[in-house]
Amino acid sequence: MEAAPRSEPAPLLRVEDLWVRFPGRMGVVEAVRGVGFTVGREKLGIVGESGSGKTVTGRAILRLVLPPGLVTARRLVFDGQDLLALNEAAMRGIRGRRISMVMQDPKFSLNPVMTVGSQVAEAYRMHADASLEEARRRTLEMLAAVKIRDPERVYRLYPHEVSGGMGQRVMIAMMLIPGPDLLIADEPTSALDVTVQMQVLAILDDLVTQQGMGLVFVSHDLNLVASFCDRILVMYAGRIVETCRASELQQARHPYTRGLLQSLPRVDRPVAELPVLQRDPAWQDAVMTFP
Amino acid sequence: MIRPAIGDQRAGEVMPLSSGRPRHAWRAWLLTETPGSRAQARLGQAYVAWLGFRRNPLAMAGLTILVVLVLVAVLAPVLTHQSPVSQELGRRLQPPSAAYWFGTDELGRDIYTRILYGSRITLLIVGLVVVSVAPVGLLIGTVAGYMGGAVDVVLMRMTDVFLAFPRLILALAFVSALGPGIENAVIAIACTAWPPYARVARAETLTIRNSDFIAAVRLQGAGPLRIVLGHVVPLCTSSLIVRVGYDMAGIILTAAGLGFLGLGAQPPSPEWGAMISSGRKFLLDQWWVATIPGAAILVVSLGFNLLGDGIRDVLDPKQG
Repeated sequence: MEAAPRSEPAPLLRVEDLWVRFPGRMGVVEAVRGVGFTVGREKLGIVGESGSGKTVTGRAILRLVLPPGLVTARRLVFDGQDLLALNEAAMRGIRGRRISMVMQDPKFSLNPVMTVGSQVAEAYRMHADASLEEARRRTLEMLAAVKIRDPERVYRLYPHEVSGGMGQRVMIAMMLIPGPDLLIADEPTSALDVTVQMQVLAILDDLVTQQGMGLVFVSHDLNLVASFCDRILVMYAGRIVETCRASELQQARHPYTRGLLQSLPRVDRPVAELPVLQRDPAWQDAVMTFP
Repeated sequence: MIRPAIGDQRAGEVMPLSSGRPRHAWRAWLLTETPGSRAQARLGQAYVAWLGFRRNPLAMAGLTILVVLVLVAVLAPVLTHQSPVSQELGRRLQPPSAAYWFGTDELGRDIYTRILYGSRITLLIVGLVVVSVAPVGLLIGTVAGYMGGAVDVVLMRMTDVFLAFPRLILALAFVSALGPGIENAVIAIACTAWPPYARVARAETLTIRNSDFIAAVRLQGAGPLRIVLGHVVPLCTSSLIVRVGYDMAGIILTAAGLGFLGLGAQPPSPEWGAMISSGRKFLLDQWWVATIPGAAILVVSLGFNLLGDGIRDVLDPKQG
């Protein structure tokens, strides 16, 4: 189990011993196994390979794991409220308004028969008691804020008419417009090219530093996370195998993290053949503790 | 750029639509590959769909029948100067002739006139049933599909109960409980017609409910009501429209059946089913009294069926 960082007196979100299980025909699949971490008003990166439980962790915090998935945790506390004890109506007040999540694939995360603008405006009106005109104005502002040129035109487009990167920025606008305290961003920049990626990251960075939003940034891009986030969790097979400050990632000690780092190509040190990550079955079960 | 005079010498990319025949400007405007505005693109899409529809001769026949039916219903007072209900016993049971195109019935009423006015009743019943049934079926189906669990079981078993009875028998039971009359016939037919709509809507909802955009609105904090009405219902409507097109013929037949059994429209009103019923007694000697309204029912329900087929070919999202 990881201890809370010393510098953070009252974390926004505290997760202890979170398990997500999916009972299946062949037995129970444990997607997340005893994960614990805290998020303050900071940028927390979660990295790991596909299937390591990053996305499911994010969904479990919002209690949106689809049945038959089961979520249990010793503690899942957001801003003093126990998320596991809230009823569904109270949970709806949390989702979007307090905790928001940007999902991986914008193409499937936008309703194909509604215009982009009306979906963002709906996200705003769901929580704020605003008139249509007000929602429209705020939506245009938000679209402009995520660097969409000509928001008036994009407002009227349908999801199939926007590019992947534009769709992802629309998703980000949609999730940011209610002004959440905590944003879970599930690979929010994977469909964007590098320049737009930097712009979107700058927007997120602004929100964290200026408005004190907490950010959980799920990604598999180690370098990006290392340069953008404050702290990094490394997940493997449903467990957190290592936690470190982003600046200290290069000094990571867990063999899995070391393996990940070594399998990245480097411009300054070209090698003929990149090492392939060698997995050790012992990682799956051992709870790693570092003195 | 010289336009070739001979049809099969294509002008290539510059004039993609040009063949030998001269084209109307509006047609080129509709079929352009580079529409200038959203409205133009949408009209072009509709026009292409219409072209597909027009290529189907049976669907066109159905459409023609329906257009004629609507015109007849609207223009009935112009097309005939007789009254559909006034009796004149001196000319009862006349065979078809130049004066009485479809003959007269046992009370001396002109059957041609009665057929014309009867089309109004038929359209009224079909319209009312469709308007009342589609929303009910849509709502029950989407709610059942979205909520799942116990709600789904209860709603769908209810649907199964309604589906378990033959349509006409169930409608008969409802009418005999409510009392005869056009309004009650409409209510009875509506009560028996919604289950297939609920089934279709539920099946659509089941595929939609697990999609990512529903998860996205859920994680914004949307409640079930907002999701079902705002995000699921609009996606189900196209399948439902196709289903409505199919169902209209069945509704007409059920309405005529109720009329025939004396439980639909009541005697003086020129309902086709009721006309067959009263003409039944003279079928062997005065065949036209029962046969003409029967032919009207046949033609109209055939028209609805053909049109429904054509609409499905054009609209069905599953066929791309």
